[in-house]
Amino acid sequence: MNTVAVSARQISASLQNHQILHGIDLDLPQGRWTSVVGPNGAGKSTLLKALAGLLRHARVQGQVALLGRPLAGIPARERARQLAWMGQNEAAAEDLPAYDIAMLGRLPHRPWMAPPSGADHAAVQAALRTTQAWDWRDRPLSQLSGGERQRVLLARALAVQAPVTFMDEPLANLDPPHQTDWLHTVRSLVAAGGTVVSVLHEISIALQADDMLIMAAGRIAHHGPCQDGATHAALEQVFERRIQVRQIDGMWMALPRV
Amino acid sequence: MSAVMPPAALDAAPAAGQRRALWLALWLLLASCALLVLGASVGSTGFDSVLHAGRDPLARQIVWDIRLPRTLGAWLAGALLGLAGAVAQGLFRNPLADPYLLGSASGAALGGAVAMAMLGVSPTTASWLAGLGVTSAAFIGAAGAVLLTLVLARGVQHTLRLLLAGVIVGVVLSAARDLIQVAKPQILESMQVFTMGSSAFVGWQACALMAGSWALCAAAAWALSHLLDGLMLGEATAASLGLPLAPMRAGLVLAMALATGTAVAHTGLIAFVGLAAPHLVRSIARVTHQWHVWLSSLMGAVLLLAADILARWLIAPQELPVGVLTAALGGSYLLWLMHRRTLAVSL
Repeated sequence: MNTVAVSARQISASLQNHQILHGIDLDLPQGRWTSVVGPNGAGKSTLLKALAGLLRHARVQGQVALLGRPLAGIPARERARQLAWMGQNEAAAEDLPAYDIAMLGRLPHRPWMAPPSGADHAAVQAALRTTQAWDWRDRPLSQLSGGERQRVLLARALAVQAPVTFMDEPLANLDPPHQTDWLHTVRSLVAAGGTVVSVLHEISIALQADDMLIMAAGRIAHHGPCQDGATHAALEQVFERRIQVRQIDGMWMALPRV
Repeated sequence: MSAVMPPAALDAAPAAGQRRALWLALWLLLASCALLVLGASVGSTGFDSVLHAGRDPLARQIVWDIRLPRTLGAWLAGALLGLAGAVAQGLFRNPLADPYLLGSASGAALGGAVAMAMLGVSPTTASWLAGLGVTSAAFIGAAGAVLLTLVLARGVQHTLRLLLAGVIVGVVLSAARDLIQVAKPQILESMQVFTMGSSAFVGWQACALMAGSWALCAAAAWALSHLLDGLMLGEATAASLGLPLAPMRAGLVLAMALATGTAVAHTGLIAFVGLAAPHLVRSIARVTHQWHVWLSSLMGAVLLLAADILARWLIAPQELPVGVLTAALGGSYLLWLMHRRTLAVSL
């Protein structure tokens, strides 16, 4: 049976005296893709940050374990090699070439101040090819469109080559064909034994995951397989029955209820 | 380079960027050498002093004790300001951050004024110890001003609030400096040199202090440059890459304050060099901060030395305070930058 990649016990978080997460317990299995969905303000991004140990300006309570070890006890660089993070709206207009941006993902692997090794170059090339960003490797980020930029940033996260990858709204600015490409990328990561957790607003894409974590008002409303009827019911429930989950050509899709 | 060289096609992109950076560094070093020679030959007695330096003890004194240290001093002050600007822009993720707009230059000037009033020294007669005292006071002033700006702006996220807080801190600290001048009129003359910015009183001691400080700050900025790279992707992502944000940030703020404080303590308030140098470097070579901090420092040095020579030569045998010249030139550059940015946004 699958072992647990990330587990959380009684996670509470408050930002500026406003409680956002209310005592969350969860176990995310290894080698699976879990999508996190829910209405705006449900605490999805905050949960993801809390699980990654990246909530700096909030008061967080509870325990998180990454691959069986308490997160707080793992040295920062080692954690960075175990868990890759891709945030929302990374990088404002920047002058660095895409290649150098992707190379930043290798920082946890490189000795301090050492130039990139052959393995680093190979990892960056593989990542940029995976997201089809290799062709503009020497173009600065400021000259790329929103979707192209997003693919460079995804390559940056892939270049870390961590067993666990967290992504917060990775599909922002991606057009439908590249959303499909992203789906294939995640599938191949999971097929290779990786664990992926992604916060998504695109419910139909989120339904292609293995498991779904549905959040509402800082609590977990439901956590179960995406193929499960109970998950679909919970999904319709949490979005106030304004969407409906239907099967089309063997795929589960979320459609507006008109 | 690394022992394991990747195939040529694999690293075509970074190699091109680094080659450009290397060329830029080479050009800047060549320009520095040429300007150092030029700086030694520009002055009220002209090039003659250089020719006669071998025989004439007065000419030798002019070249060796006046022109050379102030030329080298202008280079070093520019290097410190360019470095401070590059660190500030990376650290605050703000292309407009510089020691001036963050109020740290005003803080350094206030610290310098306090030290001068208390020690009763002027830059002209400064001894080793007094020079060190003024430098330390300027450093404390610069660091305090940056922290004050950060507190007022409640962090670095909001560009407008950060710049506004910096301007407010700058104005308030300048007012405090004026008060000290009123209370201690005997420092008025030296303070005037200080507020307008000039390399005229830089001696060998000041050069040694600035060189030491530059080596320290540049080494710190270079060693912590990965944080500046990581911060380009935002705070959360930088933290996710295993970079210890808080200590690295503190180190960079201290390096920036030391660079600003040392430059201001010896050459006074010289605006816009710290802002313009990193921008110019970025428009020529787009490289990671490991290179960028060095290049910006060299660029600042070349800019300030060129401006200093210009200020000495324009209305010779009189001379302009170099701070006035950089403010005029740098201000125009900033206006042009703003104009170009609005164009880019509206297109």
